[in-house]
Amino acid sequence: MTKRFRTGYKIGVIILAIITAMTFGALILIAIGADVFKTYIVILTEPLKNKIGVTEVLLRLVPLSIVALGITVAYRSGIINIGAEGQMAIGILTTTALALAFPALPSYILIPAALLAGALGGAVWGFVPGFLKAKLQVSELLSTVMLNYIAAQLYTFFLRGPMLDPAEITMGSGTPQSMRLSRNLDLTRFIKGTRIHTGLFIALALALFIYILLWKTSFGYKMRAAGASARAARYGGINVPKYLIISMVISGAFAGIAGGIEIAGVHRRAIEGVTSGYGFSGIVVALFGGLHPAGIVPAAFFFGLLIYGADMTQRLVGVPANMIQVLQGIIILTIVATKMVLANPYLMQRVEEKLFSASRRGKTEEVA
Amino acid sequence: MEPNMKDIHSLRIENITKRFPGVLACDAISLEVKKGEIVALVGENGAGKTTLMNILMGLYHPDEGSIFINDERVHFRNPNDAFACGIGMVHQQYMLVPNMTVIENIALGYKQAWNPLKLNLAMVRERIEEVSKHYNLQVDPDAYIWQLSVGEQQRVELVKTLCLGARFLILDEPTSALTPQETDELILLLRRMSSELSIIFISHKLQEVKDLSSKVAILRHGRIVFQGNTIDHSSHDIAALMTGHEVRLPQNDAPACTMGPMLQLKNLRVKSDRGFLALDDLSLYVCKGEIVGLAGVSGNGQKELAEAINGLRKVESGQIIFDDIDIANFSPRQVIDAGMGYVPEERNVEGIVPSFSIKENLILKDVEEEQFSNRSFMKKRVIENNGEQLRKQFDIRSPNIDVAAGSLSGGNIQKVILAREIARNPKFLVAVYPTRGLDMGAAEFIHKQLLQKRNEGVGILLISEELEEITNLSDQVAVIFKGKIQKVIPASEASRRRLGILMAGVKDDEEI
Repeated sequence: MTKRFRTGYKIGVIILAIITAMTFGALILIAIGADVFKTYIVILTEPLKNKIGVTEVLLRLVPLSIVALGITVAYRSGIINIGAEGQMAIGILTTTALALAFPALPSYILIPAALLAGALGGAVWGFVPGFLKAKLQVSELLSTVMLNYIAAQLYTFFLRGPMLDPAEITMGSGTPQSMRLSRNLDLTRFIKGTRIHTGLFIALALALFIYILLWKTSFGYKMRAAGASARAARYGGINVPKYLIISMVISGAFAGIAGGIEIAGVHRRAIEGVTSGYGFSGIVVALFGGLHPAGIVPAAFFFGLLIYGADMTQRLVGVPANMIQVLQGIIILTIVATKMVLANPYLMQRVEEKLFSASRRGKTEEVA
Repeated sequence: MEPNMKDIHSLRIENITKRFPGVLACDAISLEVKKGEIVALVGENGAGKTTLMNILMGLYHPDEGSIFINDERVHFRNPNDAFACGIGMVHQQYMLVPNMTVIENIALGYKQAWNPLKLNLAMVRERIEEVSKHYNLQVDPDAYIWQLSVGEQQRVELVKTLCLGARFLILDEPTSALTPQETDELILLLRRMSSELSIIFISHKLQEVKDLSSKVAILRHGRIVFQGNTIDHSSHDIAALMTGHEVRLPQNDAPACTMGPMLQLKNLRVKSDRGFLALDDLSLYVCKGEIVGLAGVSGNGQKELAEAINGLRKVESGQIIFDDIDIANFSPRQVIDAGMGYVPEERNVEGIVPSFSIKENLILKDVEEEQFSNRSFMKKRVIENNGEQLRKQFDIRSPNIDVAAGSLSGGNIQKVILAREIARNPKFLVAVYPTRGLDMGAAEFIHKQLLQKRNEGVGILLISEELEEITNLSDQVAVIFKGKIQKVIPASEASRRRLGILMAGVKDDEEI
């Protein structure tokens, strides 16, 4: 089997998967009486028509890709982190706490320190399920989901209590949010008239960092070995539980950083709903991107497009933004199915056999 | 296709050709099996045996050629069609549900007993009794599969296939997991059955080919290179035809060790996964430059012993003195660093990381060594050169060193593991079933490597069920039974019969 055929086959399968997902999406759109064609056009092209649209998509790429990178580290090490939502919330809290405590620090200290605090918060939230899994074989699905609930309640508690903006109390409106954080924490918005901030470069740098960590260092080799085959890794002298825990710490830290950057770059204060499902979408982005940084960044862009496009469909064609979540669900299912197809070498063989015998027949006819 | 219960007087395949992308798996193969014949199908891995059998079972469709039963042409669209014609296969890996009873397992395929709401187990039981009486195959219908030994499970597979109406049996390496005694029993049984059935069996083991088959067909590179009556040819001839060159499995005839002990196991107690003592007060020692073969029926503590030595299983009490240090309860890493090499039993899931490339697998134990990484950055060039060099040296057959190790054949996976373990220059090697399921060519290569290491002064603990392998390679043979060493005897005194008796648990073999 030639390499060219293999690549072509894989691309073919992926295109087929996209068409399948869009077809199913279309059925649902028809069911709610929407204009299918127009909806897809709006989602996929409308955001890219002007500067604001593109930067808004990139703005969503930042948390999506950072969360997905963290999930990739965990996934590659053999643990499925569905707790990024909670880890992100804790990261926001710790970032905010640090910024509230030291508002006067200069930017070049405050920003790294605050993001580090975010990383630390997320890391703690990732460490717990990692530790439970490594030492007591507690399913990470259980522990991460439970920790999501705890994180969500903690988040609400802090925003309504200790971190509540004093102005809200005096005004009496009581919106659960922190005060406007120190301006020294602001990430620069580098294109005038848009919200896109330097967090984008942090996200890209982190993608490069994860690539090097996982594929270029012996440390990453060990994590990947532990994830790909725990038994073989153990046999090879790799301390599998240790790498499980470390990978969850990294994974949580990334979600925490994503939260911190959202605060420092976009909202400038902790408000409710910052995480807005990024922790879950990040899983999809990670899988969609093939658990590789080079795939995750474009995948994050695509999902950023979907999320932002969803807002626009609501305005332009009257399709509720929740529909996008339905589409996301369909995409996840298609990815799972596609993976099964791609992992089946026999099917690939059969397809090639069919194609080859067709071309052979073609050739003999030519000769005749 | 309607089931028919007619006898199969002859099964003939003509000019079967099957192409896979880039490979001609079967090249115009013709073969005939008559009623009462036992045909041995031998050949190296990748010779096309399995493809041919899968075509007979309707799993693959031949590109060219046809199959005739009783001179009538048949088409098998799927396994059910083949089954309806009375062809049944016993796979190498048994297709049984462990937590169901024998009768339930057989009922799974026995569609006549499937009433709409209730399974007619009485009918299945009747059928089982009928078959087991007819062929003298003893099975306990109410035993759970997990309670049965491998040999008993195989009997269940046979009964199942026969109950479902098979009159033509295909057996894929039927003895690969059996003890010598069980093998002998099976051979007797199959011989008896052959008066009413036809049998094709796939095998690597020339001894049983000689013992069992009436005809032998040798496949090489998808072609039948030889067909003939078994009695007319020595196993040596068959081996040469199989590999295409003269094969002589290497034998250990170097003088026994004089260099002192390398590994001493003292009063070792180790628990199994289920919590009982798998090793009970086991003591054994292996010298430098010596191969000690550990013979025994699988499940008598071999796995636990290998794991305990390599730090993969907790040692309850006792000592493992390795080069003057007690390594009991060391971590796997510490054991590796002490100079231990290990070829594990389950090569596909333990010996390699299947999704990693060959070159990555070759550094599994050494990724952090200075040789392969610089301040934890891996040295791409060095790793590639290492892979290329070992691939050549160990004759690992693969298109390149970047393919996933899990996609290789069993023999090549074993070569990857051996290459890694030997290239690390260990002081000692624990090799568990190193040639199980491998063809003669690969086995010969691996035996040569082991002997060479022995002659260089490495001590080797060879755990195997192949008595021939053990007696050929070992200086001393130890027999393990229920977690204890029954006896240690020099290889020269280890006859097949004597080992068989010791393996069965009879302590004092001298009296028999």
